[in-house]
Amino acid sequence: MSDTAGTPPERFTQAELDWTPWLDPLPQEALTERHWAGLVDASRSKSPYFMLLAHDPDILGARTKTDKDIFYNTKEGLPRAERELSAAAASRFNGCIYCASVHARFASQFSKRRDDVQRLLDEGVGTDLDPRWDAVVAASVALSRTPPQFGTSEIAALREAGLDDLAISDMIHGAAFFNWANRLMLSLGEPLTK
Amino acid sequence: MPQSPPKDVIDHLVGIEPGSRLDTIRAARQQARDNAQASYDALFSPDDESGMSLVERRAVAAFVAGLHRQPEAAVVYYADEFAASAPAGLAAAVAAEVARGAAEGPTGRFPQAPLAGESTAAPSFAIAGEGRAALGERLAAALEHAHFLVFHPREAEPARLQRLVAAGWSTPGIVTLSQLVSFLCFQLRVVVGLRALAASPAS
Repeated sequence: MSDTAGTPPERFTQAELDWTPWLDPLPQEALTERHWAGLVDASRSKSPYFMLLAHDPDILGARTKTDKDIFYNTKEGLPRAERELSAAAASRFNGCIYCASVHARFASQFSKRRDDVQRLLDEGVGTDLDPRWDAVVAASVALSRTPPQFGTSEIAALREAGLDDLAISDMIHGAAFFNWANRLMLSLGEPLTK
Repeated sequence: MPQSPPKDVIDHLVGIEPGSRLDTIRAARQQARDNAQASYDALFSPDDESGMSLVERRAVAAFVAGLHRQPEAAVVYYADEFAASAPAGLAAAVAAEVARGAAEGPTGRFPQAPLAGESTAAPSFAIAGEGRAALGERLAAALEHAHFLVFHPREAEPARLQRLVAAGWSTPGIVTLSQLVSFLCFQLRVVVGLRALAASPAS
């Protein structure tokens, strides 16, 4: 059964979704140089999500640059696919269908393991994928709990799964960043099927 | 007297010394490190306080760090930052709400039928009586919203934003409040994670 276009999605999905804000985004004509700097990429002025966040351009700009280095700086450390896995796992656990859709798609694209990623979405964070992915998912979940439950036993499990110090730090940042992103995406608007 | 602010709050709360193993790890993602700090600066040394005052920012931060309970260094840091600038009585009022608001997350109902089996009961948190009088309408509404964002954000709905609007919050103010709570959910977890990494033997 597929979801009806233009309605909130019924389940976690790798399909592309729209997102509609519950507060008014900044209108294009209100953008000053400071807002353009906050948007970082001019193309983000087409996104209602970023145009809503542009009401406070300074934090938006710093947040975007944090995001980019955590996920796109792939010099050593955790492979991009597993950074996306940590983002998807945190999003699945917190219940952010929009964020999970974007980062599940990226995880599939970079890992070529679309079915495993779909199983994470369908069955949730307790599903079995393989020892290395299970360790990344479990650690992302432990860190996403409030209070966070992440400690030396998660580090030991990640080491056992083959992650070095920098890779573990990348996983920590990927999951932690989605505890930021999920809360904005969830609380300021809602996803709609395309 | 408040101490001079640390150059990098995450380094400070993890206890990272220049040249240490964790310093090298963070230096490999220097843009993320600098911009996590730039995010903190944008929120806590704002150029424009019209949407959310500095006292409100520090009050909400003390509340959010307190609700997380971990890492303890951050709970103390944000409580001290707030206490150093808060009017008399306000820090005690926020501390009382931290104690009253203790819970675990993430929880909450999934409205979607296929996910209903994963729904769990979310903590309810409303500030009434003396607490509301001490905090004022704006800050009481902000703490109620922060409690929801920390523990059960999947129960989002437009009515929650309307409650903030009714308490006097503008759209830019709501954006800043949402960023501040959500940023702390990130920053506190980075500190927890890096502290665990620092406490483990090197790979």
